[in-house]
Amino acid sequence: MKNEKLIELVGVTKSFGTEQVLKNLDLYILDNEFITLLGPSGCGKTTTLRIIGGFVTPDTGKLIFDGKDITNLPPNKRQLNTVFQKYALFPHMNVFDNIAFGLRIKNTPESEIKKSVGEMLSMVGLSGYENRSVVSLSGGQQQRIAIARALVNKPRVLLLDEPLGALDFKMRQDMQYELKNIHKQAGITFIYVTHDQEEALTLSDTIAVMNQGIIQQIGTPEDIYNEPKNAFVADFIGDSNIIDGIMVKDCLVNIFGVNFPCVDTGFGNDKPVDVVIRPEDVILTSPEKSDMKGTVTSLIFKGVHYEMEVMARGYEWLVHSTKMEPVGSEVGIYVEPENIQIMHKPRSEDEEAASVDE
Amino acid sequence: MLTNKKSLWLSGPYLVWIAGFIILPLLTIFYYAFTNLQGGFTFENIVGAVTDTANIKAFGLTLLLAAAATLIALILAYPLAICLAKLGLKKQKVFIFLFILPMWMNFMLQMVAINVILEDNGIINYLLSALGFEKIHIANTFGAILIGMVYDYFPFMLLPIYNTVSRIDGDLINASKDLGAGAIRTFFKITFPLSFPGVISGITMVFVPAISDFAIAEMLGGGKIMLVGNIVEMSFTKGHYYQGSGLALILMAFVVISSLVSGGDAEAEGGAILP
Repeated sequence: MKNEKLIELVGVTKSFGTEQVLKNLDLYILDNEFITLLGPSGCGKTTTLRIIGGFVTPDTGKLIFDGKDITNLPPNKRQLNTVFQKYALFPHMNVFDNIAFGLRIKNTPESEIKKSVGEMLSMVGLSGYENRSVVSLSGGQQQRIAIARALVNKPRVLLLDEPLGALDFKMRQDMQYELKNIHKQAGITFIYVTHDQEEALTLSDTIAVMNQGIIQQIGTPEDIYNEPKNAFVADFIGDSNIIDGIMVKDCLVNIFGVNFPCVDTGFGNDKPVDVVIRPEDVILTSPEKSDMKGTVTSLIFKGVHYEMEVMARGYEWLVHSTKMEPVGSEVGIYVEPENIQIMHKPRSEDEEAASVDE
Repeated sequence: MLTNKKSLWLSGPYLVWIAGFIILPLLTIFYYAFTNLQGGFTFENIVGAVTDTANIKAFGLTLLLAAAATLIALILAYPLAICLAKLGLKKQKVFIFLFILPMWMNFMLQMVAINVILEDNGIINYLLSALGFEKIHIANTFGAILIGMVYDYFPFMLLPIYNTVSRIDGDLINASKDLGAGAIRTFFKITFPLSFPGVISGITMVFVPAISDFAIAEMLGGGKIMLVGNIVEMSFTKGHYYQGSGLALILMAFVVISSLVSGGDAEAEGGAILP
C-alpha cells in the first residue's frame, strides 16, 4: 500500500426518491489499498461503490480519481472494473469470450488476447475452461471468471460488490484467501463491499463501517475491533455487551450499581455513557469474588469456546469462555480494566445503533 | 393421489374435442387431397395445387405479404419493447395492457374499424382533403391488407420481444459498460443477442398465422386480392373439396416448415408469448 490518495469522494450525497442514501460522504482511498465498505443492508455501501463505478451519479459532491474530477465520466471511460454481486457473466458467451470482452472492445490483437486470457485463467485456477459455457459453472467458478474478466483489463481499481454472498460457507472461506492472494499478485486497489464483518476483518487493510449513509468509523481491522468509536460499530463488528453505565469519575465506571475500574478518562463526573465489553473479555469467577453476581441461564457449545448467558442485575451478559459453567450455577463477573470500552451516548439519530438486519 | 391411469381420464373431455375437431378434419383433408372424383388414389390435387398459375401467383403474394407484415411489425415492435422495458414496473403494466387491449376486441370489429379509417371517404382521406392534399386510394388494396395484418398481429411480435428484453439483468448492461463498451456496442454485443429468442418467437407468431390468413384479405381486400387462404376457402364454398384439400395440404406444409425452422427452441429460451 502506497501512501497516495487514488480516489477521493468529497461531500457526496445521493437520494433515491425521498430516501437519502448518502449524507455528505467524505472518503479517500489509497493506491494499492484493500478497503472494505462494511455495513447493514441499506447503509449506502453499494451506492457508494456504484458511484465510484459510474453506474450512479451523485446528487452533489465530487469524485476525484488520480487528481482528476471524474464525477460525470461514463463507466466505460473509467480505469476501473467491477465484479458484480451476481457475477453478471454474459450467458450467451463461453468462458473465453467473457474474459476477452474488454480486450476485444479495445481492439487488442487476437493472439495477445489468447495469451492474456490464458494467464488470467491460470491465476484463478481454471485453466482449460476456455470453451465451457458460463451457465454450466458452479457459483465459485463463475466468481473466479468474473474476477478474471475484470482483472484482464489491468484496471487500477477493482470494485467488488458482495462477491462472496452467493457462495456456501466453505467456498466463501477458500475464496477469501484467494482474493487476498489475487490482491497481492495484481498489486492494485480493491474496494470491497460486504455486510459480513468477519470477511471484512479477514481481508481488509482498511475498513469503513457505514450506517444510514454515514461512515461511522474508518480504520484498520484491529482499530475497529478493539476501539469501536460508538455503540453501532461495537455491535456490528462482533458480539458485544453494550450496557448503560455511569462514568463516576476518570477511570471508574458504575454498571448497575457496581463500580468497575477502567482506563478511560475525560468523560466528566457522573455522566451517562455506553459501556462496551466483548464477550470474550467477561471473566466468570466464584460469586464471592465479585459484587456483580449472577446465574448462568444458557450454555451452548460453539467449538472453539462455550457461549453462555449470565443474568446479573437485570442484564443478560453474553460470555465466551473455554471454561464451561453449567446452567443454574451462581457466578461472579469480572472484567480487566483495559477491556472496558467507554463511549459517549449517541447525540443524534444518525449515530444511533440501528438494528442489524441479517 | 391419483395414479397415472386414473388421472388420464381427466383429459377425456379434451381428447374427445381433439378427435372431433382436429384429428377427424385433418384425416378428411388428407383423404380428399389424395382422392379423385371417382374415389381412386391420385396426386393430381397436390400437383394441380402447385402448378396452377393462379395458385403460384397467390403463393407468391401470400409469402410477400406475410414477410412484409412480419418485417414491419418487427421494426415497430423492437424499439418499443426496449422503451417499455426501461419504464418503471407500474407504467410497464399499463402500457402492455394498452397494447394487448385490441386483442380482446372482436376480430370483425377491428377489421370494420380499419376499413372505416382507410375507405375512399374514410377518416384518412377526410383528413387529407381537409389539409388540402389529394385523396389516396388505399381501401381494397395490397396496402390495406398489409396494414390490417400488422395491426392484428402486432401484439404477437411485441410481447415475446418485450419479455426477453425486460428479463435482461441490468447488471449485464452495466458489466458491458464497465468493460469499456459504449451504448451502441453494448446493444449489438449484449442486448440484441440476449433478446434474439424473443425476436425469433415474435417472427414465428406473426409469419405463421399470416401465411394462412384469408379473413383479413377478404375483409380489407374487397375480394379482389386472392391469397392462398382465399382460394382454399373459395374451393370449399364452391364444393371443390378435392382441389381445396390439395391446396390446404400444401399451405399446411408451409406453416409447419416455417414454424419448425424458426420457432423450434424459441419458447424454451424464454420467448414465450405471454408474461
